[in-house]
Amino acid sequence: MTITQQILQQLINGISLGSVYALMALGYTMVYGIIKLINFAHGEVFMIGAFIGFFSITKLGMDFFPAMFTAMIFCAILGILMERLAYKPLRNAHRVAALMTAVGLSMLFQNLALAHSWIGASAKGFPQVFPLQRFQLMENVNISSDRILTLAIAIFLMIALQFIVHKTIMGKAMRAVSLDKDAARLMGINVDKTISFTFALGSSLAAAAGVLFALNYGIVVYQMGLLPGLKAFVAAVLGGIGIIPGAMVGGLLLGVTESAVSAAGGSMFRDAVAFAALIIMLLVKPTGLFGKNVREKV
Amino acid sequence: MAVLETINLTIRFGGLTAVSKFNISLEEGELVGLIGPNGAGKTTAFNMLTGVYQPSEGTIAFCDAPLCSATKALQPYQITRRGIARTFQNIRLFKELSVLDNVKIAYHQNVKYGLLPAFLHTGRYHAEEVEIEEKAIELLKIFGLDTKKSERAKNLPYGEQRRLEVARALATNPKLLLLDEPAAGMNPQETQQLMELINFIRKQFSLTILLIEHDMALVMGVCERIYVLDYGKIIAHGTPTEIRRNPKVIEAYLGEELVHA
Amino acid sequence: MAKRFSALLQFALVLALGYAIQMAMDAGMINRYYAHVMTVMAIFVVGAVSLNLINGICGQFSLGHAGFMAVGAYTAAIITKNPDLILPAIFTGNVRFILATLLGGMTAAFVGFLVGLPSLRLRGDYLAIVTLGFGEIIRILLLNWDFVGGASGYFGLVRHTNFFAAFLLSIITITIIRNFIQSSHGRACVSIREDEIAAETMGVPTTRYKVIAFVIASFFAGTAGSMMAHLTQMVTPASFTFILSIELLLMVVLGGLGSITGSIGAAIFLTYAAEALRAFRAYRMILYSLLLILIMLFRPKGLLGTQELSYGLLKESFKSLRTRWQRKKNDDITAAAE
Repeated sequence: MTITQQILQQLINGISLGSVYALMALGYTMVYGIIKLINFAHGEVFMIGAFIGFFSITKLGMDFFPAMFTAMIFCAILGILMERLAYKPLRNAHRVAALMTAVGLSMLFQNLALAHSWIGASAKGFPQVFPLQRFQLMENVNISSDRILTLAIAIFLMIALQFIVHKTIMGKAMRAVSLDKDAARLMGINVDKTISFTFALGSSLAAAAGVLFALNYGIVVYQMGLLPGLKAFVAAVLGGIGIIPGAMVGGLLLGVTESAVSAAGGSMFRDAVAFAALIIMLLVKPTGLFGKNVREKV
Repeated sequence: MAVLETINLTIRFGGLTAVSKFNISLEEGELVGLIGPNGAGKTTAFNMLTGVYQPSEGTIAFCDAPLCSATKALQPYQITRRGIARTFQNIRLFKELSVLDNVKIAYHQNVKYGLLPAFLHTGRYHAEEVEIEEKAIELLKIFGLDTKKSERAKNLPYGEQRRLEVARALATNPKLLLLDEPAAGMNPQETQQLMELINFIRKQFSLTILLIEHDMALVMGVCERIYVLDYGKIIAHGTPTEIRRNPKVIEAYLGEELVHA
Repeated sequence: MAKRFSALLQFALVLALGYAIQMAMDAGMINRYYAHVMTVMAIFVVGAVSLNLINGICGQFSLGHAGFMAVGAYTAAIITKNPDLILPAIFTGNVRFILATLLGGMTAAFVGFLVGLPSLRLRGDYLAIVTLGFGEIIRILLLNWDFVGGASGYFGLVRHTNFFAAFLLSIITITIIRNFIQSSHGRACVSIREDEIAAETMGVPTTRYKVIAFVIASFFAGTAGSMMAHLTQMVTPASFTFILSIELLLMVVLGGLGSITGSIGAAIFLTYAAEALRAFRAYRMILYSLLLILIMLFRPKGLLGTQELSYGLLKESFKSLRTRWQRKKNDDITAAAE
């Protein structure tokens, strides 16, 4: 196996993993962009999405795509409820209060899942819904059908999101609210509805990411949201938090770096990569790759 | 000697040039006004002078030492330590803290004891804390706030909050005081009192003062010189009488009101 | 002078009380289970009060306090278990333990500096995510470090911690942090919580103070970790997880953000509650997270607010209760008269 082949193989693995991070990072970045809150529970939405997909397939006998769609709808509603019940009352409180609530929600979801008789502590195998096929692109460079599917769905969802954000009224409202909430309100935009919509959108993307993640790694477990959640946030910061294309690029970048590090023999340090990347980014360019220098209004 | 001199100070937010080629020069002991319509860039200029914003271009010199140039920019706290203090347009007191603590925090730069005396409450700690407290109360007396020293800042009436902000700024021992609409929201009587107070502290503490104000009568009444800012540019500068007659100012700012008068 | 004397006297009296309790334990007047629980309480007081310095006093948000406890615990355990390592062998027994605890705290403080500096330079919530990540990374590194037993943990430590040791540490922590808050340096930290931009323009170097507070808190977390390790006589990667960070956070929130006395009370109460609810262990975290959310929604400054519990405050509230009661009585009388 030559170096070039190895690099290509890792690039493929990394892009596919990175597209999952990117989907999740979009949710973080949109929510942060609009209400300046790190939604710690986002990783748990990802986990819940994966489980809804899992149960839709195993208990309800659904096909993969309807199962994923169910998970997305379920999590969209969950996202709206979460925002309405837990975050909205704290919109004007000290930001630490909102952050603590987010952490509380994350713990709550995780432990409810743990206590639920259907989920519990042990990992469950996600069914191999499509017969696994390997395609050889060149000597020693393969791509599996699941990876192709993941990438295709991720790209489709990202294009759909770009369309919603740039071509629809709701998308325009989202951009307006994230620029200036008060001005948007004065222009007759329903700010509350826009924020709820943003949560719904972000949560459904996280659900899709969860199902795709489960498909690729073949397991679902109640703690599965923690590390991917952390990494997706790092991806959002890498690209510049609040910037949608930034989250996509950040996700892919992180995925590729991670694959490269584990291929270089540091699989033990794979999970440390994201953290190191975050620290370096905060030291070098805290606004992220695509970040503008945003000034706090004084 | 100029206390403050800016050369071609410019700041851009994305595509918008908020302030462009801002050149002012303040002599020691002067009381100078900075006026202009809403959104002209007055507060943005203050934010550059105090290091809250980094200018895109231009230099600031304070007492002939550079505060900000192309190669180096001081942090806001460093600028405060050099001797520039400010108040904010939308009052920014430490709301939950007592009136006394608000002022004590501003004495922070004078504290000489280190962390160890702070941990152990040594004699040095007690000596310096007593001194700070005495100085703070003395200052509060000038502003008529010493009787309210234990109140939380947020519980003070509006006018007193404004006064406390000026007192807090003075506690940093400035040479130059920047006041951002100190009389905003005050009634004419309170404004009058505040102006007398400003004149008093100016002499008492030998200050140079730069004042942003909307109340025209007030600016014309107390300032020795006035700069007029419009759309981020200085369009006029001179004595109140000159400003009052300047056609550009009348057009940009005072507008029809004065024409009809 | 009189002030300092009375402070010293107070300190000595409290220590004497702690020592008396220890003697009662040694004499078997307090059973071993309660002695253990009380020791754990004292250690959690250290954890909660130090976390309060970051989250309550400084208004920053750390989610990795347990990670710093782990750093302190492992450092100290390595020193006490290897007689020649790091410290020369002439230090033995309790002296070695005390030095190891201090070194554990200092290592945690140093790590705190490295973690805090890049994230505290910035405004916003980066600290939360960086500390959360830090806690995970520490866990992963420990799992893979064979010298300290990897996943199965580091066993066979000598039981150096008794109630008095933990009590002494908690009193030192409380005193130092309280003194710090009352000093000019502590006021600088509070001003950052209140309004960071105003603090900066009042001459407070905000980044420096955030880092100072973070490093102090990390130091005490490290010493608490060492105490815990030498109480349970082992330390594993699972001893100091994210869940412990959340428990400490809940203590801070329950006692009131910024209130030292509140944190002490909440640490004691929650440790007791965790013991009393042992049968419901599976539901404990559900309860904790619900509690965290509800407190934040209804009392964003913490259940008991920022106020310190003191004799003066008690007297005040008693007075206001009495006047209210009297007013009510008067109202009743007038109502009856009408």
